[in-house]
Amino acid sequence: MAKKDSIKKSVTHTTSNKIGHPINELISAVTTTYKDYINSLTPRLKLIDIFLTFLVLLGILQFAYVLLVGNFPFNAFLGGFISCVGQFVLTVSLRLQYNYENNSNNTRENIDQEIKEKNIEDVNETKVDIETAEASDMKPFKFVTPERAFGDFIFASLILHFVVFHFIN
Amino acid sequence: MVETKAQLKVLGVNIETVRLLLQVIIFISIAGAAISSRLFSVIRYESIIHEFDPWFNFRATKYLVTHSYYEFLNWFDDRTWYPLGRVTGGTLYPGLMVTSGIIWHTLREWFSLPVDIRNICVLLAPAFSGLTAISTYFLTKEMKDSNAGLLAAIFMGIAPGYISRSVAGSYDNEAIAITLLMATFYFWIKAMKIGSVFYGTLTALFYFYMVSAWGGYVFITNLIPLHIFVLILMGRYNHRLYTAYTTWYALGTLASMQIPFVGFLPIRSNDHMAALGVFGLLQLVAVGHYVKSKVPSKQFKGFLMVSLSLITILGVAGLFALTALGWIAPWTGRFYSLWDTNYAKIHIPIIASVSEHQPTAWPAFFFDTNMLIWLFPAGIYLCFQELRDEHVFVIIYGVLCSYFAGVMVRLMLTLTPIICVSAAIALSKLFDVYLNVVDIFKSDSLEDVKTDSKKSKSKVSSSSSASKSSKFIQLLSKAVVLLSFTFYLVYFVYHCTWVTSNAYSSPSVVLASRNPDGSQNIIDDYREAYYWLRMNTPEDAKVMAWWDYGYQIGGMADRTTLVDNNTWNNTHIATVGKAMCSSEDVAYDILKKHDVDYVLVIFGGLLGYSGDDINKFLWMVRISEGIWPDEIHERDYFTERGEYKVDADASKAMKDSLMYKMSYYRYTDLFNGRDGMDRVRNQAIPASQSPELDVVEEAFTSQNWIVRIYKVKDLDNIGRDLHSAAKFDKSSSQQTKRKRIIKKPSLDLRE
Repeated sequence: MAKKDSIKKSVTHTTSNKIGHPINELISAVTTTYKDYINSLTPRLKLIDIFLTFLVLLGILQFAYVLLVGNFPFNAFLGGFISCVGQFVLTVSLRLQYNYENNSNNTRENIDQEIKEKNIEDVNETKVDIETAEASDMKPFKFVTPERAFGDFIFASLILHFVVFHFIN
Repeated sequence: MVETKAQLKVLGVNIETVRLLLQVIIFISIAGAAISSRLFSVIRYESIIHEFDPWFNFRATKYLVTHSYYEFLNWFDDRTWYPLGRVTGGTLYPGLMVTSGIIWHTLREWFSLPVDIRNICVLLAPAFSGLTAISTYFLTKEMKDSNAGLLAAIFMGIAPGYISRSVAGSYDNEAIAITLLMATFYFWIKAMKIGSVFYGTLTALFYFYMVSAWGGYVFITNLIPLHIFVLILMGRYNHRLYTAYTTWYALGTLASMQIPFVGFLPIRSNDHMAALGVFGLLQLVAVGHYVKSKVPSKQFKGFLMVSLSLITILGVAGLFALTALGWIAPWTGRFYSLWDTNYAKIHIPIIASVSEHQPTAWPAFFFDTNMLIWLFPAGIYLCFQELRDEHVFVIIYGVLCSYFAGVMVRLMLTLTPIICVSAAIALSKLFDVYLNVVDIFKSDSLEDVKTDSKKSKSKVSSSSSASKSSKFIQLLSKAVVLLSFTFYLVYFVYHCTWVTSNAYSSPSVVLASRNPDGSQNIIDDYREAYYWLRMNTPEDAKVMAWWDYGYQIGGMADRTTLVDNNTWNNTHIATVGKAMCSSEDVAYDILKKHDVDYVLVIFGGLLGYSGDDINKFLWMVRISEGIWPDEIHERDYFTERGEYKVDADASKAMKDSLMYKMSYYRYTDLFNGRDGMDRVRNQAIPASQSPELDVVEEAFTSQNWIVRIYKVKDLDNIGRDLHSAAKFDKSSSQQTKRKRIIKKPSLDLRE
């Protein structure tokens, strides 16, 4: 997450110059985001994030080495670097699919609960439809269960590693 | 087609079963139609490879099945580009050959059907066209429903725009590329829709297969990022896009770099930078999306706009800077000529000289896709009406490809699939409304009428007396519309069959003409001459011909050539062009320096075959003028008044050129001493000025004088130059001048 945070910070920095929002507000925004992030961490997500940080560090290390020494076996560098990047995006995808805010399957009961509440509140059926539609729109991965997500992750990672080993030669 | 009701039963069978059965039958008939409509040339003539490029693919495939796969990848071909050779493993897309090799081995070892590799190569394109129809079905099913999918499948099966590149015997890369294009797009749409890493991986795998098969994979590499980019601009980002795109990009890019011909291009060339840029952008957008969900939206809006535009500008500026610094290769000429349509004509004559790289005329669009061309915009419009994420894809694909197909004839091929999909969407929307007769017969109490006949419907229910006639009128109007479109569909089938049969099913190796009584007269001069070369020349003889015939000579005559259709070395081609268009002495020097044994020219003057070397001659002049501007001037080959002539008025450079002499050598002998008539140029070759050849001698001329092969004479035994030797022979045989001149010759000192 280090990379993400740094990007975020730089981006917020530029905006603060451009738009001229009070800087305090932006800092508070960042802190609330950070707090939210800490709060939403489950052990599983924490594990994933540690792995992501490790991948980013590995990528940076390789890149620095190339900058220092030069890129003679270019395919080896690319193989190592892209395996970091590829594994990073695959893991981020897994994280997005695991994150219960995105995944409807974990929160099926919640949605049902909401619908029931809405039903009690107002009898109009169309409104409930709209609500459920919005809810499902909020959860992008309604077709992907966590188990499926993990299986996909393994499949994609295996292929990635096969190709990387082939490429490193 | 059939009204969707799970509990409905037809003749006591569940409707879903009937539907499945119908679909299977429809698929089988579509595949049957797609395959059988491509077999015209095989049935009429024989099962051979057509055109020029497929001959190399065929030769490479033969190499693959007679040697090991490992040897194929490391194949150094010393029978082409004679002094140089060609590293074939690193300069071809191996997907096509490997596919047919696998089919060959499978049939041989698993099914015990030992089929000749030539038949597999000939029939590969029809077989894959069936698969194309099926993948088009799945793609269109994602766009609309399976009804539209079936329509698109039948369109794709028989549309002449695709048939033109996939008839039996056209063993070209496009044969499997379009199938893979459709499959890749299908998996992409699927991955984008459900955000599945699995489908993203499948997209990457099919993308890899596509990269291994065709150079047009760059189209996918730019279309998918464009789709994502437009979706982001429309504010439709969600995490599904992230998972689908990043999976595809990370795996697909790495996989595409495994093809030796592609190498490091995906990170070094400008054609691939859009994908990388969108990959970076998507990371930032994902972070932004995350922040957005946590921070109150008010703060966020300005933040997003400014940061996004800033990043885009930075990215583009970085791209330009890297290109200027030379770290990233600029656009290649072939792609650049798509944007600047005059570029090729001015700078790279060899690209402009190919007839496929010309702009498309309007009739070609109607010719290639009969009724689909006017349903295509309607389909795009309907996509706009219901703008889901995948419809954006259809729109982008349609717009982009329409432009490309307008610029270049051969890119009609990539436009055809989207025309089929879009037309199928439009037509099935129409059928949805007008085939819906159930609503009319439903009892009037039901009010779930969706179509635009709603108003009349309500009237019907109010006045029961007028209901019957009004129902009849509704039915009639629907029937009229349906019948007219059924007529169009039937007519479409007729048109496609006619076009395929008449325009696209002629092997260019064999020329067919009709006798007055309707019987067929086949002109087989090419194979006659190539077979002569194969049988009557030493196995290491080098044949020089213009590059168009390089692959065919390599494939059919099995002799070493100097240049071929893979125009990777422009200077070498220009050397051949210079030898063809300069005088005998200059040409002989070049021929000897390149160890040429035979020179082959195509001459269509006797038969009226317009694609001969005299008509291509100006391109030879232009290409060699690009390298030797001091020695070759295009202007010299025209007459005083700027005409390109071969008769008595022809310019001196023209008459002295080796090509002219070889084409018209002894041509007037055919006409019993009168002037020879050139049926292509419609000009008379004067009998008195019949060209004489001193440095080459005629070795073979085919039956209709289409292929003429000359043998390069050896150096003179006693060291004279060949001109004076020929002159001496002539004067001694004619015995005319019996004069003696005793005079001291003016010679330099001997060294």
